[in-house]
Order: sequence, then structure tokens, then C-alpha cells
Amino acid sequence: MLTKRIIPCLDIKDGRTVKGVNFLELRDAGDPVELGRIYAQEGADELVFLDITATVEKRKTLVELVTKIAKTINIPFTVGGGISTVDDVKALLNAGADKISINSSAVKNPSIVNEMAREFGSQCIVVAIDTKDVDGVDLVHTHGGRRPTTLVTQRWAQEVCDRGAGEILLTSMDHDGVKSGFANGITSELSSMLSIPIIASGGAGTMAHFKDVFTVGKADAALAASIFHFKEIPIPDLKKYLHGEGVAVRL
Amino acid sequence: MNVAVIKYNAGNVQSVLYALERLGANASLTDDWETIKNADRVIFPGQGEASTAMSYLKARKLDQLIQELKQPFLGICLGLQLLCDHSEENDTPCLGIFPVQVKKFPPYDKVPHIGWNNLENLKSPLLEGLDETAYAYYVHSFYAEIHPDYTIATAHYMLDFSALLHRDNYYAMQAHPEKSSTAGEKILTNFLNI
Repeated sequence: MLTKRIIPCLDIKDGRTVKGVNFLELRDAGDPVELGRIYAQEGADELVFLDITATVEKRKTLVELVTKIAKTINIPFTVGGGISTVDDVKALLNAGADKISINSSAVKNPSIVNEMAREFGSQCIVVAIDTKDVDGVDLVHTHGGRRPTTLVTQRWAQEVCDRGAGEILLTSMDHDGVKSGFANGITSELSSMLSIPIIASGGAGTMAHFKDVFTVGKADAALAASIFHFKEIPIPDLKKYLHGEGVAVRL
Repeated sequence: MNVAVIKYNAGNVQSVLYALERLGANASLTDDWETIKNADRVIFPGQGEASTAMSYLKARKLDQLIQELKQPFLGICLGLQLLCDHSEENDTPCLGIFPVQVKKFPPYDKVPHIGWNNLENLKSPLLEGLDETAYAYYVHSFYAEIHPDYTIATAHYMLDFSALLHRDNYYAMQAHPEKSSTAGEKILTNFLNI
């Protein structure tokens, strides 16, 4: 039986792991390769590495890091952060990344989703969508959730799916860093509407939140960062709990 | 142990090389006939589209070479599908090692089938040490039908399909052993030890 995936997300800056509360305050939580290896051993189903470095050296250091990760880790991983061209994707996939995720660059130039999917296959193109409730309407935000767009999240999600995205990584900016549970409403809405998997992100605080996002939110995968980095919820415990609650997971 | 990983226009072969290196094998990515012929093991990886891959193989006569090889051979993902008779993906005639049809998943659930799924009905030395609690990582939109003699494990997503196939020296796996944690490492180790 296909299982629900648990995905730790490692935010990377200058080669180190960081995670902010509501993306503002950054805290150091270690070496990404080492942390990734530990997560893989503990039973993480996939990893996401999100590079938030903003220097010109970024691309080269990211490719080097991806090479190190690929040499060490025996589960799939996705790389995101500032990817905007087919060449960026090619370099990262050749270094050993399984998937790449794009966000602002897709909003800026939607046809890049078609181009990347055509060149590398939908299976490795994840479109990340940061969404926030603005006066009762779910609007797509870019630049780490700081910049609102006029795109309605549901329509944008359908569009990227039609353009060839293989998965959607949906982050609710209203829930991110707050630890009060995932955005089950919109996650369920997108998961029911689209023919591709939805990875829910933002809001994990307790093990019950994961159960809710898989059952109520109909998510295919759930992503979290700080609760894993600071060992608030160990992955083996989380999986045992979900199994006990009747959620199919890989043990 | 020399392992030749067949070089063609398939995505993410680097991970296969790294996984083999972690297991202590001497792996190289190559499309050279002699190197492939003389290797102790041959791995045919894959991710991509069937007709493009077949055209690429034919242009380099790698299709003939693959059909002639005698050493243990492992097709992975698209590699499994190309070893079958025919794929519905752009109506592509394939290599015909396994008399099996490759079909597109029906649209009853999300496609591609992405994620971890368990192996069922295991029967092969390749799967020694594993049971039905073993999970493998899948990413695919097409599946190989079950063959009464050659299917050595099945998986279920909407329907039952061939998770692994085996005929003579040819083995094939739909999931990615190089991405399937300790279960995948076990399968690769068994393959190297055949």
C-alpha cells in the first residue's frame, strides 16, 4: 500500500541548516549532510533542502552540497531555493538531486514549469506554493511569503498541475512557525481537486497535527522543520503513532 | 566487482553510482560495448520517456548488446519497462526480454505513483532477507503487468503490478533501489552477490 510520507525540511544558508520562526528569526541547527543522514536512518521518507543563500556564489556551493548529500543519503531528496532556469535544474539533477522545487520563478514566468517538465519529466518538478488568507481569499505569496500576488491559490495550483508540475508543496503562511496545526482546509481542497500529490507544510506542532493533515487534509506527504531539528517530535515515535492511528506509513 | 551502469539519456543515474560505491562496488557509467560486455554486473537505470530512450539505445546499437549479455543484469524503473515487450508510453516497442506489456495507470487515483510502497508475493534469491514489510520508493506513471513465471514480487497501487521481474540473467525492479534506504541496499547487495 502506498504510504503517507514524512519529510523533514532543512533550510540551508551558506552550507548550514537554519530554521526561522515565521521565516524571520534564523537559528543554527547543524550540518545539513549529517542531519540528513540521521533523518534517513530514523525513517524519514524524503528530505527537502531549501537554500536561502542570496550570494552570487550560491549556485556553485549548492551543487557541491547536493553532491555531498547524494553520496551520503539513501532516500530521495528535493532541492529548492532560487532555481529559475533549465540549466539550474540540470546542474542539480546531475549532481544527484531527485527533484527540484521552484516557487517565485514559476510565478514570474509560468511557462518555465512546462519547459522543466518537458526537459526532465514531471516527476522531478515540484512547485512550491506559499499561500496566505487575505480577506477570505487564499492568495499566492512569493519571496518567502513576504510578497503577495494577485494569484488565487486554487487557480494557480490547477495551472501548475496543467503545466506539468509533478507535485505541489503547499505552505500556509498563516500556519508556518505557529505550531497550531496544518492548513487542513486548503490542503484537502487542493488534494481533492488535483491529480498530483500534495505535500503539506507549515504548522506542525504535535503528532496529532500530522494525523489530521493526512486524514482531514488528505495530504500525500507532510513536511516540517523545527519540530524535527530540535527533536520535539522524533520521527520513529511519529511513525509509530500514525501507524497506531491507522495511517499507512513506512515503518 | 566491476559494475557497468549503462549510459544513455536517462535522468538521475548519479544516485545509482553513489549507491553502488557505498556498497563497495567499482561502478562506472559507460556506453562502451567492450566495457559493458566485460563487466561483472550490468545495471540499466532509468528515468525518462520510453520512445526517446529506445531511439537513443538503437542509435548506439545498445539494444542489441543488452539482448546478448550473459552476466547478471538489473533494469531499474524505466530500465524495467524497456526490458518488456511493449510500452503504452508513445506506443513503443521495447527490448522484449520479458514477454510483458507496460501500461499506463488508470486515472482513478493520483498519477504518477510517487512514494513508498511495500513488496508483495516475494519469490527470488534477489529478495533474500526481505519480506512484505519491506518498502521501496517508486516514481512512475506506467507499470508492467504481472507475468505468471517472471514476476518475482508485486506491488499494489490501484491494481497489482510487477514490482520485480526475473528471467535467466535479467532482473528488473520498478522502484528505485538506490533510493529505497536499507531495503534497496539489501536488493543491490543481493544482486552483487548472485
